[in-house]
Amino acid sequence: MEGVKQFDLAVTPLREVNRYLHHDVAASGVERVKILNADGAHSIAVGLNVPLDIEVDGHCGYYLGGMNQLARITVQGNAGPGVGENMMSGSIRVKGFASTAAGASAHGGLLAIQGDAALRCGISLKGGDIVVGGSVGSFSAFMAQAGRIVVCGDAGDGLGDSLYEAVIYVRGSVRSLGTDARFEPMKASDYEAVRELLDAAGFEHDPRDFKRVASAKSLYHWNVDANQEY
Amino acid sequence: MCGIVGLLLKEPSLRDRLGELMTPMLVGMTDRGPDSAGVAIFGAPAPSALKISLFWSHGAADWNGLSKSFSEKYPGAHTFTPNGQHAILVTDVSPDDVRGWIKDSAPQIYLLSVGRSIDLYKDIGAPAEIVKRYGLDRMSGTHVVAHTRMATESAVTPAHAHPFTAGEDFCLVHNGSLSNPHLVRKKLEPLGISFVTDNDTEAACRFFEWRLREGDDLSTAVQRGFSELDGFYTFLMGTDKELLIVRDAFACKPAVVAEADDYVAIASEFRSLAHLPGIRHANVFEPKPQEVYSWKV
Repeated sequence: MEGVKQFDLAVTPLREVNRYLHHDVAASGVERVKILNADGAHSIAVGLNVPLDIEVDGHCGYYLGGMNQLARITVQGNAGPGVGENMMSGSIRVKGFASTAAGASAHGGLLAIQGDAALRCGISLKGGDIVVGGSVGSFSAFMAQAGRIVVCGDAGDGLGDSLYEAVIYVRGSVRSLGTDARFEPMKASDYEAVRELLDAAGFEHDPRDFKRVASAKSLYHWNVDANQEY
Repeated sequence: MCGIVGLLLKEPSLRDRLGELMTPMLVGMTDRGPDSAGVAIFGAPAPSALKISLFWSHGAADWNGLSKSFSEKYPGAHTFTPNGQHAILVTDVSPDDVRGWIKDSAPQIYLLSVGRSIDLYKDIGAPAEIVKRYGLDRMSGTHVVAHTRMATESAVTPAHAHPFTAGEDFCLVHNGSLSNPHLVRKKLEPLGISFVTDNDTEAACRFFEWRLREGDDLSTAVQRGFSELDGFYTFLMGTDKELLIVRDAFACKPAVVAEADDYVAIASEFRSLAHLPGIRHANVFEPKPQEVYSWKV
């Protein structure tokens, strides 16, 4: 097939594949890259800066698609820790589950996880969007500064601890909210945002089923009377 | 860092291939633990006498000489089966007496494990070298608990390598670090429990084994550990009957389980499971924090 390039990680070293994606693919006319036998390798398709469709077959190790710009990456299996960490733009879709710290510190783009995401999903999020079809583990969205997280399932303990301006939408139950996180009423703009993100991720839910979690902003200013108790 | 590896073969026809299947799992965790490795292999229990795994810590191993010296003290029947610096002693002499004899007459020997089912090998060096050194890829058995170590808090010696053992047919490997091992030791030492190293993992191992002797089952012991052991951990434990994994509440240390019809395989990362037969159809999941997962042989 023209415009499609295939690599098998059982045969080709990952470094060679990533080098191709960084340097050679841009001028090649290739629009789709398929990577077979991920077999838990770390750093598959990291640091890309090309509008390209990449399909990864199998389960990935740490940092799949880290620092991604423009590329649209789909993982047919599960993703290891830090999938899409520091993503700038583009998209990453994980068909299975994602391990800890999915989308950590992502500045932009969309991370869509069909299964569950483990602990610390969206930690320190800086503007990216994360949509999780399943549930997220404890301490998700810790210190998240900007961006949106949609959780179609449940959330664990300490959701949104020390949140800044990021907003979380949860469909299921929340085991506990973190310090300074609070439920807020959904407005028309929230329903629109959830609709937009669910459509982008390809999940069918009613936005009316979601609750909004955002920062109470009580940590924004030092309060000497709080005596370090929040 | 550190890597953990566990494999329990449900399908009896695979048990001759335990070492062969485990080896790529262990070697796959070399990046996580390049300085030492260890393997506890559980097999069909010895009929009557206990098996004691021994390690000759320094100098050239002279197991024949040691066997003669052992016979002088304990004239009954016994066998030493040497494997380089390692040997397995099968004897009716009680483990406490063997410990006493090592202390008095053979201080170069580490006692690694005691039991009817467990054989334990651990040493310093890259995991692949250790597999080769002791022929671990040819071992058979029902299940295995293994570890690759990147030391962070105590010395790199064979004794500090994992698995740690206590009592009989019990071992533990650990990815993480404990912050209160000295407190745990202070609780256990007045109960007559003695320690071989200053390693944090040994405190956890002896704590759980103490609870087993007090009548807890392993899951109950682990539940108690949640309040007694402070720090980061993924613990993988083995007894002659069971394989168990648990992660602390923060689950900072990774673990992946693959459950297939023929086996349960566990590793710190999926890349150590990718080669296993039928892995594409296995149920792959990450253990949830503070949930106990165990499988019986």
